[in-house]
Amino acid sequence: MKTHSPAPLGLVAAIALTLGFAVPASAQHHDHAHHRATTDAPTQDAHAHHDHAAMSQAEPATASTAPREPIPAITPEDLAAAFPDIDHHAMQHAPAFNHKVTFNRLEAWDADEGTGQAWEGSAWFGTDTDRLWLRSEGERMGGHTESADLEVLYGRSVSPWWEVMAGIRHDFKPGNARTWAAFGVQGMAPYRFEVSATAYVSDDGQVAANVEAEYTLRITNRLILQPLVEVDIAADDDPDYGIGRGVTGIEAGLRLRYEISRRFAPYVGVVHERALGDTADLRRLEGESVRDTRVVAGVRLWF
Amino acid sequence: MKYDDSTPGRLGAFRPTRRQFVTGLATGGAALGLGLARAPASAGTPARRGGAALVTGTEFALDIGAMPVDITGRTRPAITVNDSLPAPTLRWREGDTVTVRVRNRLRDMTSIHWHGILLPSNMDGVPGLSFNGIAPGETFQYRFQLKQSGTYWYHSHSLFQEQAGLYGALIVDPREPAPYHYDREHVVLLSDWTDLDPAALYRRTKKMPEHDNYYQRTLVDFVRDARRDGLAETIADRGMWGRMRMTPTDISDINAHTYTYLVNGAAPAGNWTGLFKPGEKVLLRFINGSAMSYFDVRIPGLKMTVVAADGQYIHPVSVDEFRIAVAETFDVLVEPMGQDAFTIFAQDMGRTGYARGTLAVRDGLAAPIPSRDPRPLLTMADMAHDMGGHGAHKGMEGGCGAMMGEGGCGANMGAMDHGAHGATSNAPNHPASEAGNPLVDMQSSASEPKLDDPGIGLRDNGRQVLTYGAMHSLFEDPDGREPGRTVELHLTGHMEKFAWSFDGIPFASAEPLRLKYGERMRMVLVNDTMMQHPIHLHGVWSDLEDADGGFHLRKHTIDMPPGTRRSYRVRADALGRWAFHCHLLYHMEAGMMREVRIEA
Repeated sequence: MKTHSPAPLGLVAAIALTLGFAVPASAQHHDHAHHRATTDAPTQDAHAHHDHAAMSQAEPATASTAPREPIPAITPEDLAAAFPDIDHHAMQHAPAFNHKVTFNRLEAWDADEGTGQAWEGSAWFGTDTDRLWLRSEGERMGGHTESADLEVLYGRSVSPWWEVMAGIRHDFKPGNARTWAAFGVQGMAPYRFEVSATAYVSDDGQVAANVEAEYTLRITNRLILQPLVEVDIAADDDPDYGIGRGVTGIEAGLRLRYEISRRFAPYVGVVHERALGDTADLRRLEGESVRDTRVVAGVRLWF
Repeated sequence: MKYDDSTPGRLGAFRPTRRQFVTGLATGGAALGLGLARAPASAGTPARRGGAALVTGTEFALDIGAMPVDITGRTRPAITVNDSLPAPTLRWREGDTVTVRVRNRLRDMTSIHWHGILLPSNMDGVPGLSFNGIAPGETFQYRFQLKQSGTYWYHSHSLFQEQAGLYGALIVDPREPAPYHYDREHVVLLSDWTDLDPAALYRRTKKMPEHDNYYQRTLVDFVRDARRDGLAETIADRGMWGRMRMTPTDISDINAHTYTYLVNGAAPAGNWTGLFKPGEKVLLRFINGSAMSYFDVRIPGLKMTVVAADGQYIHPVSVDEFRIAVAETFDVLVEPMGQDAFTIFAQDMGRTGYARGTLAVRDGLAAPIPSRDPRPLLTMADMAHDMGGHGAHKGMEGGCGAMMGEGGCGANMGAMDHGAHGATSNAPNHPASEAGNPLVDMQSSASEPKLDDPGIGLRDNGRQVLTYGAMHSLFEDPDGREPGRTVELHLTGHMEKFAWSFDGIPFASAEPLRLKYGERMRMVLVNDTMMQHPIHLHGVWSDLEDADGGFHLRKHTIDMPPGTRRSYRVRADALGRWAFHCHLLYHMEAGMMREVRIEA
């Protein structure tokens, strides 16, 4: 008792008197009527030192010394009480299946072309390692839906931080609806960047990819800045959709939210979007703008 | 914004005839606080006077029911025993055979487990291992003989019922007088209460484990630290934690943002009061009946002499403060005098709130309530990271944090090859099931018993703090044999998924750990997580070993701070199927549990 400060003297005396032993006695035993002979006991010293390094998972049960307190013989009643005939499924468990629905962005803005709204959300349903994911993103301008997609993916955790995803994506807009096969990864990169990278193959043979990274920067524990970058890539020209080969566009956002509760946080932000490369050229030919910066206001929520 | 899933779901089984309100718990604690005065070592039967009813004898009838309570000012559903929260204090006597008839008036299955009591497996009260549970409307009769004495507790072992209020104190009076004198005693049952439906709280925690951590390091902290420690060091420090994807402020999963901390069922405002007369020796039976909360307990102005741990006598240790893990019990002697009132102050380990009671010469008194200590930050040394193979830094207290110049401090992530760390003598052999396991976000690389470490947030605080190293059983190893074999299990988890397990294998997919009846084995636990876990093995004692492997301290619950490796001896003298689990309720439910099967 290195750190033991003096106990009240009376207390110590009371203990010694009551238990009637002298401390420390090297061969001291707990007072048990059934104490067995332990002549061959090499381990009577309760402070026997032994080598931890020599421990192994599978040391055979070689200790032959009889215990000081004898092990009671097993009676049929003991066995019946120990292994009763019961329903082994009687244990109730917390649900292994859980879910979370997040609206990461639910926002609106007012621009020269009219008001716009956008959403981006995801939901998972499943276990710690196997999840059904829904992801959706879209934009409305002046009352019409400009773009909208929904992805349905199976995600399987392959490491502590990464999930491999496979499934389908359906684009309702822009242009004619089309469906893609989707493969990707998502997870948390070092430094807590939330990253997803997905490759898509459409039913008409187009190949595309999307990479997104997001970060949570706490200014305080409720005032949180969320930078986000998203890059789109196309493998081939896709003129029907106004897409040129290469990096087609980039979107960067910076949103500042205040978590009134963990589940509900209004935010304001600024979003910059621009078309790049051949896609930008196609847009210019159509007389559309290739870059757009807007101030948005919205809410983030989950349940 | 209201929690949309906090509606009273499973517990909403109020019956009109039972529409009684347990009111006044928030403010009326003092009225309940008359203490359990009795002559020491007498077998007398004190009247009902504590925060919970006191029941003595050998025949007991417990009625488990659902009932609204008002702890926080809102009326919420709770589970009560004989209309009491906490459940009545049961007072038994060593050697007696007790009969407890437990009647289930809930709509759900229920159970009662007698924590730390040695008994036949079919009386242990774990549904699916010991028995089928107690169905609604049914009565189950527990009957067993008491082979021990001391301070224990009992609680439900069915889903989240313990969190909803189904827990109570259990005292077994010894046949022989205790080896110390006292004039009066009080039970101090600490617990955590939530107005949420506990199942909804579990679901919330699965969705967002860091929900209650409003203490994460911010840009404001970064600027402050950069001014104090320099920009490069601050970036290096944030980088280490960032590479691990962890935060050093994760001390507890659920804290005072969700919980109200109770003493004998009374919130701090209720000020549960235990009476004393100046000059008396008062025995305080501290029990941590929380679902998820560790407490650091002190009584400013009083030295506390700890005389028993988990119901078993120890050599007396005089301290100013002790940390009590969930499910532990400590018997503490105090001699209040010189003041009319003393505050029993139990702050949670994360320093987010406190439970509070008062020792006073009469009701209605209060002493000052100390302010909470500063919030601790975890360090890499706490988590036993040996700084990526920089062996020279091994054991450096407070180490890696701001002092670590080179990278690599946070390099020991789940998927990493640990072969490179073999140089350290205490480098653990991680089980193969942890490698690349999506449920294992971290592994320790230099874990140690740390028996003399007061723990996170208690080091060098100017007070004498209890440690496991300072407590020695008052008796020699009752078994005496060297363990015949060693089983090593690692405590594992994933913070972001709120997934918890042993060796990366959650309970649902784990095989039982099989022991041979009569054998003496050594259990080695290694904490590979950044959280602290109280590990409880049913049915048999856990005889904690000292750093040299000698018998040290008999317990039923072994606290495992992050970065520790602790060993204890198990004498497999109780046949049957026993639960073995983390006693943080939500960790257990998330998978940190095994069956231990002792077979003939």
